[in-house]
Amino acid sequence: MSVAALSLRGISKLFGGFRALDQVDMRIERGTVHAVLGENGAGKTTLMNILFGLYQPEEGQICLNDEPAIITSPKKAMKMGIGMIHQHFMLVDSLTVAENVALGLPDQGWTLKLERIEHRLSELSAQYRFDIDPHQEVWKLPIGMRQRVEILKVLFRDADIIILDEPTSVLAPNEISSFLDGLQRLRAAGKTMIFITHKLDEVEAVADTVTIMQHGRVSAEVRVADSSAKEMARLMVGREVVHDKMDRGDAKPGEVIFRAEGLRARDSRGIEALKGVSLDIRAGEVLGVAGVDGNGQAELANVVAGLHVPEAGTVTIDGVDVTKSSAHARRHTHDLSYVPEDRHHIGLVLDFPVAHNAIMRDFRVPPFSSNGLLDRSHARATAQDWVDRYDVRLQSIDQKVRFLSGGNQQKLIFAREVECDPRVLVVMQPCKGLDVGAIEAVQRSVMRERAAGKAILYISTELEHIMTVADRIAVMCAGEITGTLTPDEVTDERIGALMGGLSAQVAV
Amino acid sequence: MLSAIRYIYALRPVWAVLLALLIGSGLIMLAGVSPFAAYYELFKGAYFDYWGLAGTLVKTSPILLAGLAVILPLRAGLLNIGVEGQIYMGGLFSAMAALLLPEMPAWIHVPICMVAGALGGGFWGLIPGYLKAYHGMNEVILTILLNFIAINIVSYVAGGPMMQEGAPYPYSEEIRQELWLPWIMPATDAHAGVVFALGFALIMFILLRYSTAGFALEMIGKNAAAARYAGVPVKPYIVGVMFAAGAIGGLAGTFEVLGLKYRLFHNFSPGYGFDGIVVAFLAMVNPLVAPVAAFFLAGLKSGALVMQRAVGLESTVIEAIQGLVIIFVAASLGLKYDAQRWAARLMRRRRRLDAEVGDTFDGIRNGDGT
Repeated sequence: MSVAALSLRGISKLFGGFRALDQVDMRIERGTVHAVLGENGAGKTTLMNILFGLYQPEEGQICLNDEPAIITSPKKAMKMGIGMIHQHFMLVDSLTVAENVALGLPDQGWTLKLERIEHRLSELSAQYRFDIDPHQEVWKLPIGMRQRVEILKVLFRDADIIILDEPTSVLAPNEISSFLDGLQRLRAAGKTMIFITHKLDEVEAVADTVTIMQHGRVSAEVRVADSSAKEMARLMVGREVVHDKMDRGDAKPGEVIFRAEGLRARDSRGIEALKGVSLDIRAGEVLGVAGVDGNGQAELANVVAGLHVPEAGTVTIDGVDVTKSSAHARRHTHDLSYVPEDRHHIGLVLDFPVAHNAIMRDFRVPPFSSNGLLDRSHARATAQDWVDRYDVRLQSIDQKVRFLSGGNQQKLIFAREVECDPRVLVVMQPCKGLDVGAIEAVQRSVMRERAAGKAILYISTELEHIMTVADRIAVMCAGEITGTLTPDEVTDERIGALMGGLSAQVAV
Repeated sequence: MLSAIRYIYALRPVWAVLLALLIGSGLIMLAGVSPFAAYYELFKGAYFDYWGLAGTLVKTSPILLAGLAVILPLRAGLLNIGVEGQIYMGGLFSAMAALLLPEMPAWIHVPICMVAGALGGGFWGLIPGYLKAYHGMNEVILTILLNFIAINIVSYVAGGPMMQEGAPYPYSEEIRQELWLPWIMPATDAHAGVVFALGFALIMFILLRYSTAGFALEMIGKNAAAARYAGVPVKPYIVGVMFAAGAIGGLAGTFEVLGLKYRLFHNFSPGYGFDGIVVAFLAMVNPLVAPVAAFFLAGLKSGALVMQRAVGLESTVIEAIQGLVIIFVAASLGLKYDAQRWAARLMRRRRRLDAEVGDTFDGIRNGDGT
């Protein structure tokens, strides 16, 4: 048996009472590409942070080249030959490639020997055919090239083990294949790569071994040559997908209220995040959007809510094209409500009292204001009414929202977004960070709105939650909808394949 | 107990000012003067003397307006360092309206001069507002740089195209007397500008507290992303608030020209725009407190001259004390009232006292037992 570059035995990590990693075993052979596959919250990133010395495990042992190793800090990890490529690059845009490499380089002495660094970078770049000019400023490079700079940075520090955290999520399709080629050249040079991903085709294309994680545990470790994408998909979702539907009565969807056609948009970094997404939702229907985080869901929600301008495509509500309408017009003329993913930075003003947060959506229209003047007493009375009816636990409505628990904050947002009687309700990750009771309260609100004939777009990375509330489930991967299923059609294999970017034909 | 501590916190600029004056008294002693005599002369000269009070009110007018021009955008999270430039542009535009327009009845000409001044200052606020909102530039740097431009434009105009023939240094023709602001204290310089300024403070307070625009501004200041999500057009608001702030600054300059100087002088503002920043922080960004802060700062400035004459103290000492006031107030605002920490502290103290008292009870009980 060949030498293990890295092996983990019984690694556990606790955050408070939560077991993010539970007895993880893994064996990574030298000179291989080892993929770690899993959904959100499977513990992939936690595991990598442990390997890079950012976290310390509570239990277990890490062995480097069959020697026990304790990795106390990223600095130590780099010294041991472990390098990490983060999903979001750690580069200074205004500096050149060589200057970025020089940043934080140990043992440089008092003077900057940039020529030596440039020389060695040119060699490395030529060796791996990376085609990087060390004198180039980083901001002039396309995203794929910046990633190569990140890789060069760790190679320069003599890393033998390179951890890549979701490296392809930022890349354009044509960049992905050249990235995968690069990985193969690195492997040929004897480097060991740990490749965190949720995309099955990439695993098939480049990995030798794959460890599949689920809820902090290793559910399987297979040789890619002996497996298939289908099997990996099943192992990734890997559970009896529960049909724990809420008691919600028959679906009696009405006419189509909401329609999105061919939406294309770029994210804040200029990367194409939506590549032609089309959806329609009927009255009294919940359309669930599933998928691993960061596959365009956030952009979809923001484009629909009017906070993000799409490059192409249309959004219509009740047959009216609202693509050009402002967020304000969508909310008040077309009756769209939006529960955003980020409660703290988008959905609420934490330093505002509860009563102010309650009127945030509608403070500029009656009955909360008239002729530009606020009706404060009405606002307070309404806030108090919502707090009572939605069971928001607090001391007083003059309390800052900051001091409410996550569940109570979310109840307040739901009250605000639902009490205005919308036609279309967009809900993004509403159960993130909530306890079981609060989750149920949120889901009941959604069901009530469904019964009232609203068109609901329910975006979540948590499959169980979508299964509970959705009438149809659209699965997103890399900015596209890879397939739409009804809850009865959902099998772990099918949904795993769609989430992993395989088309519906392969999945069925 | 907690509410008492909360009030002590709420008044922290007052404690900061007192502390600054206390340390300032050390400086006065170093200069060989009795601090009591110095402060007595200072405050008597500033507030308890007919002419002195008038001098303080003359300074209160531009300082208060400048303070309001800082407070308004600060509510939306924008730091307007450019009030000085806005004052100059306001002065320039109002002087041009007063001197260059054809003669007309005062009841129409005076408002035109005021509107012109407000528009001039507003325009000078609009530029950084637009660049901030639509091009993401830093409003602090822009407003600082625009100050220099405005001051030099006024120097050029007052020393060139509009300079009075034969004037010894750059100033314009005198504005005709019908356009002068009325006085509020007979036989002094105290003009009606301070009344307007008070009115603006009140209006601003009401708008910020009761209008939807005020609510939107507050929301932008506390969380711009949430404001955008709530449907507030954040960018137009930023442009608008900078225009309004500039207009208020412009009025400060207008009242200097129409109420006090009656001509466009070069360098006519001794840094009132920057005093506005001090006022905004002293008043804790509250337009209703701003008049008090402005009145205090104006008093320090006008009383300094009296003190200098009366006790022979260098005016540099009072400038140092003003500096101390600014630093102490700024530092005091960094101390945030933390209810939970104070509650915990009081609880610990109570427990400790209880424990001590408990011990004595234990002692008595033990004593009874034996």
